[in-house]
Amino acid sequence: MYYDSLIFEISNKGRVGYSLPKSEFKSYNIPKNLLRATEANLPEVSELEAVRHYTNVSTKNFGVEKGFYPLGSCTMKYNPKINQDISNMSQFSLHPYAPMKSIQGILEIYYETQRILSELSGLHTFSLNPYAGAHGELAGLMIMRKYHMDRNDTKRTKVIVPDSAHGTNPASATVAGLISVEVKSNLDGTVNIESLKELLTDEIAGIMLTNPNTAGVFEKDILEIAKLVHDIGGLLYYDGANLNPILGLARPGDMGFDIMHINLHKTFSTPHGGGGPGSGPVGVVESLVKYLPSPVIKKQGEEYIIEDSNETSIGQVSHFYGNIGVVTKAYTYLLTVGKENMANIGRYSVLNANYIKESLKDDYLLPIKGICKHEFVFDGLIDKSHHVTTLDVAKRLLDYDVHPPTVYFPLTFKESLMIEPPETESKATIDDFIEVMRTVAEEARVTPDLVKGAPYNTVVKRLDEATAARKPIVKYSDLLK
Amino acid sequence: MFKFLPHTEADIKEMLEVIGVDNIDDLFAEIPSKLMGLDLDLPKSHSELEIYQRFNELAAKNKELIPFIGAGAYDHYTPSVIRHLIERQEFLTAYTPYQPEISQGTLQYIFEYQSLICELTGLDVSNASMYDGSTATAEAMFMATAARKRKSILISRTVNPNIIKVVETYALYRNLKVEYVNAVNGITDVEDFKAKNSKDYAGIIVQNPNYYGIIEDYSAYREILDETKGIFIMNHDPSTLGILKSPAEYGVDIAVGDGQPLGIPLQFGGPYIGYLATTTKLMRKMPGRICGVTKDTEGKRAFVLTLQAREQHIRREKANSNICSNQSLIALFVTIYLAIMGKKGLIEAQTNSYNATHYLFDEVTKLPKFNKVFDHEFFKDVAIKTELDHEVINNKLYEEGILGPLHLGKYDEKMNNVLLFSATEKRTKAEIDKLVKILEAL
Repeated sequence: MYYDSLIFEISNKGRVGYSLPKSEFKSYNIPKNLLRATEANLPEVSELEAVRHYTNVSTKNFGVEKGFYPLGSCTMKYNPKINQDISNMSQFSLHPYAPMKSIQGILEIYYETQRILSELSGLHTFSLNPYAGAHGELAGLMIMRKYHMDRNDTKRTKVIVPDSAHGTNPASATVAGLISVEVKSNLDGTVNIESLKELLTDEIAGIMLTNPNTAGVFEKDILEIAKLVHDIGGLLYYDGANLNPILGLARPGDMGFDIMHINLHKTFSTPHGGGGPGSGPVGVVESLVKYLPSPVIKKQGEEYIIEDSNETSIGQVSHFYGNIGVVTKAYTYLLTVGKENMANIGRYSVLNANYIKESLKDDYLLPIKGICKHEFVFDGLIDKSHHVTTLDVAKRLLDYDVHPPTVYFPLTFKESLMIEPPETESKATIDDFIEVMRTVAEEARVTPDLVKGAPYNTVVKRLDEATAARKPIVKYSDLLK
Repeated sequence: MFKFLPHTEADIKEMLEVIGVDNIDDLFAEIPSKLMGLDLDLPKSHSELEIYQRFNELAAKNKELIPFIGAGAYDHYTPSVIRHLIERQEFLTAYTPYQPEISQGTLQYIFEYQSLICELTGLDVSNASMYDGSTATAEAMFMATAARKRKSILISRTVNPNIIKVVETYALYRNLKVEYVNAVNGITDVEDFKAKNSKDYAGIIVQNPNYYGIIEDYSAYREILDETKGIFIMNHDPSTLGILKSPAEYGVDIAVGDGQPLGIPLQFGGPYIGYLATTTKLMRKMPGRICGVTKDTEGKRAFVLTLQAREQHIRREKANSNICSNQSLIALFVTIYLAIMGKKGLIEAQTNSYNATHYLFDEVTKLPKFNKVFDHEFFKDVAIKTELDHEVINNKLYEEGILGPLHLGKYDEKMNNVLLFSATEKRTKAEIDKLVKILEAL
């Protein structure tokens, strides 16, 4: 039975799902002019009704524990259960204004996590205050601007962003008050050095790069790029979305990057939660440490302290200290993996990606040949004579209980199908995926309409997205009109 | 072998053969060799038992206290079912719902969340969530300045200073100007607002209940703003909206705030959640994700991300916000909290908090060394002044297992002898009486 009731639709006047102790206090009255005139129409359901409702709602989702999730640039690795248990410990659920002597344990978690991130990235210090990847990017670009502003170098208003970059890169630049200029890519998505040289003027604040890039190709000229950018007085920003394949093997700091962010919800196994909460620590080289967002958590002797750095830094970007509950999960993961296993994470993710790429290149168009890193891009099916698109392939995969790869990104290919198989996936799972992908390619040749009509086995079929945008229905009461 | 890495020697050998290289390191051949060969200073790999040992050790370095402090993070009760439901792997481990056919679970709860936020604020449309209340406030400023094509904004001095700091940061780098409206006797000075309001400003940001816990009456503001076509932004504690006059009833254009008081555990400051709701008129200036209703090819009701042409992944540098990941799972938390507490429970929890804080205020201000500061109605934070040193007070309370009030002098020198207390429905009469007794002895 298809369950699509809304919580409002199972509500019944007078029902309750909560219990509170009887109040021990007398009633004080709020003046009438401050009270609301119309009551908020909140649901009225019993506890079991609520539990059953959200359990039923959950079954309409696909999670990492159900099956293969090769979503490119998202690093959908296994989220260890112990991360949750540790993060839920009540001793870590403290008030953000509790005195320092009562929070030494949680500050140590913050400090140690940032220390390990520094060691893994080759940058000097991290702030864990940013809440997500894009938030870390924003803080990082503010640091870039503040650095130039402090030197009265006000001409530097432009930041170079490759056309293959994640959409958040140019958007973060705008929010940080910078103008993004696009640098041409080579066919493999790497930066075209000649085009880069033409852009390098005294108006350039810096460059944002993802390395390996969104096509999964390592920027092999990175040392030369870093020198070129530094020589004209610019800074290098590293988008850490694709850190997984080089984890413990090579470090952005050693490549010449000055600022970076890391997505703890990608590389360090904290769950994506259907779109957050994530965590986007921002790290910098030693000369930029003073710009890290306020407040900062430091070690002073044997004691951990919180310090306001609003005077020297970019300022504050979060109310408190970021998504600490997420940081605790990442720290659990870092300790679990440890020195012994760290470098194998990148190795096996790259092994998985190349194995899939080589296994499917006779059916899917591989625009960038050669070795990839953790992910790679197909430009749709090789045989396009039946007009089966990347979208059709993605929808057909749903019928085989596989989460589709990222589609239509990067924008540098028309039919992008971007595949990232994390290191936690076994050869057996990957072989099943390869088999499914070949079957879909075969179906596209023999019974193309079957693929174009997919999916068939999902709780809903293809959706009318255009009408939804034209006549937005965005809340329950809109449905009653 | 390691538990998160399933590859056997045989697997690796077969995979390398298909790829056509001899060993895994050949897959990294293009990385300059001077960048490779690291020997990093990392902790050793911990077994589960060792993980528990390590974190028990860390936990022992923290001290759990009974909080009589709020100031933006409140110790409200969390119904048990929420944790169990949000940790279902279908919710917890899913990505952003880009493939709607297998993400109806996420999309439906976002739709319910938006509906609930609209019910509380009285506004037309809510997004799927922001990082926290402070960044939501900054994003509301971006909406207002973009909608009115003006480069400045007014903000009341009664807004929480940490929210002001975040707004200042966001404004500075986007070349926007923030001007302050003064506070008088704990509330926004409406005369100062009238004097400063002009077409240079995109609008005003106020907070309710404000930083001092005072419930401000903003009835006059809509009319003042209409003279300059200014946008009315209100940061409002959503947990009090079962009781208090809603942002829509004040004529607010954009309501924002932090959802933490909706039962979200303190967690040392996060994850919490920012909410942002607005009018239909401003809908297309909204940041973040919005879920809408549609039909599938068979006519079945279904949910889908909509109005995506506003967002960074489509508009790139032209987007008005860079937000991508938000606090989705916490939106689910809030949704279940509001479903469980419901129409009656939300009001009861907050009424109890209100009564507990008033009882605390009555009892503490009966003490000779403690006096009231402001003459206005307050909700669950209250300012009390004292001739005693704040450190002496808080150290004494700490010894007795109590997390004492916020010292307002931390952010404002003029408030050096003022403390901000708070009580929620979790505080018992016995706990408050104990607090009063300790203060009395000082």
